[in-house]
Amino acid sequence: MDMFFQDAAELAQFTVAVIKEGVRPPYEFREVLNQCYETGIKSFILVGITAFILGLVLIMQSRPTLVEFGAGSFLPAMSSVSIVREIGPLVTALICAGKIGSGISAELGSMKVTEQIDAMEVSGTNPFKFLIATRIMATTLMIPVLTLYAILIALTGAFTAASITDQVNIGFFFNRVFDTLKFSDVIPSFTKTFFFGFAIGLVGCTKGYNSKKGTEGVGKAANASVVIAMLSVIVIDMVVTRITAMLGYL
Amino acid sequence: MEAQTNNNGPGMDTTGLKPVIEIEHLKKAFGSNVVLRDFNLTIYAGQNMVVMGKSGIGKTILIKCIIGLIKPDGGTLRVLGQDISKLNHRELDELRMRIGFVFQSSALYDSMTIRENLAFPLRRSHGKITGTIEERVREVLGNVGLENTIDLMPSELSGGMRKRIGIARSLMLMPEIVLYDEPTTGLDPITSDEITHLIMDLQQKYKTTSVIITHDVELARIAANQIVFLKDGIAYQQGTYDEMVKTSDPDLKRFFKKTKDTQNG
Ligand SMILES: Nc1ncnc2c1ncn2[C@@H]1O[C@H](COP(=O)(O)OP(=O)(O)O)[C@@H](O)[C@H]1O
Ligand SMILES: [Mg+2]
Repeated sequence: MDMFFQDAAELAQFTVAVIKEGVRPPYEFREVLNQCYETGIKSFILVGITAFILGLVLIMQSRPTLVEFGAGSFLPAMSSVSIVREIGPLVTALICAGKIGSGISAELGSMKVTEQIDAMEVSGTNPFKFLIATRIMATTLMIPVLTLYAILIALTGAFTAASITDQVNIGFFFNRVFDTLKFSDVIPSFTKTFFFGFAIGLVGCTKGYNSKKGTEGVGKAANASVVIAMLSVIVIDMVVTRITAMLGYL
Repeated sequence: MEAQTNNNGPGMDTTGLKPVIEIEHLKKAFGSNVVLRDFNLTIYAGQNMVVMGKSGIGKTILIKCIIGLIKPDGGTLRVLGQDISKLNHRELDELRMRIGFVFQSSALYDSMTIRENLAFPLRRSHGKITGTIEERVREVLGNVGLENTIDLMPSELSGGMRKRIGIARSLMLMPEIVLYDEPTTGLDPITSDEITHLIMDLQQKYKTTSVIITHDVELARIAANQIVFLKDGIAYQQGTYDEMVKTSDPDLKRFFKKTKDTQNG
């Protein structure tokens, strides 16, 4: 419990510092683009493969039950709601919490212990601006992009599974998918991905930047970053779902 | 020859010289670990001040205070006439551009090429340098004898080469002061010797004031005008190389024993 408050305080302090430094010009646009590539583009393959298999498995497992109840024709609608609302955003965020969160944290941690961050500071470049604000910006922008992509791939996986067992027309399948979706499904689930992205970037940066001396410190920081980022994602997911329900969207 | 003040010779005459670093009653503690208790030292323009002392005694902390990377708990620190603690962000950055820092671990940016590493200090302060960034990068690489490494990554260089690039990067903005953190530690004797002579050559060329942390008695002998021995959080003893070698203090004796042996035998 002590640890929890320590982590929370550390994150809060960091958020304040990042916002203070991040909003002050000059802005590091080039570095943001660079980080979008490093964090986002390099995750496309992993996220794609996972999303496809998830879509596939989702249909393969739920089809027998639905058919048993004579509700086989609900397959597209069901996959659409579960993938768009929950599976797509959550799984993408959890994968990125692992891959991107640990990557950022290990990179910043080793930069810290090898004095590279000090070197930047004495060169007149603020590390909060150049290293941290840019990375958080990049994850906040890229997790939503990755989520959209994951949703499309997962739906393709679902269609693939459906077409193995039944004769399904691709146009029909995707028509049903998009018909089922309401604006009120898409907006909350898309909005929360920005929060996921922000949390993953923030946690990775905080843990990396504050990592203790030595290679062991860097490893511990990367590990802690994954655990805390995943927990944050799940908590944010829960809170957003709760708020959405209160607003009457569910 | 004898009347001249030789910047490289030991025991230079400091009368009439401008103090560039003035440290008074400097204090720094981490929790109960008191690192600097009451540290006093004045360093004059053109001087080579060598800082010696046991590992973990606070030498790195001292020079990180000088460049404002670490905030002292007390005392005053005037660098190039400015009180470090009274500077705002922008003023501190401007002061830092006049100071070079050579990190013990070289601290080259792993993700950048040598060219990008050297150009990095110029990204905010290109105005200080005449000519293009590329020209300046090539010039400084020439100064350290590593022109052919310009497109390599730091991981492709040896320890000695990394040290040279670290030194090159600290010189990009024509600093008035260069702070060296153990520039020869971890290098073989021949490479150490080369780095020592490189430091001396560049000091001549750029007319800098230097603060050199080292355990390397040979480097101290060649480079130091003054040596300060850091112990118990204070400037325990200060003097020229010859004065330090002759001391009767047991701690200092152990430090300088190695060279005395080599000189006698
Ligand atoms: N960030 C820090 N937090 C706590 N203690 C530190 C920190 N940096 C250095 N120290 C402590 O300060 C002392 C002096 O360190 P340092 O100046 O690096 O020694 P050295 O003389 O070998 O350069 C050491 O005991 C070290 O443990
Ligand atoms: Mg040190």
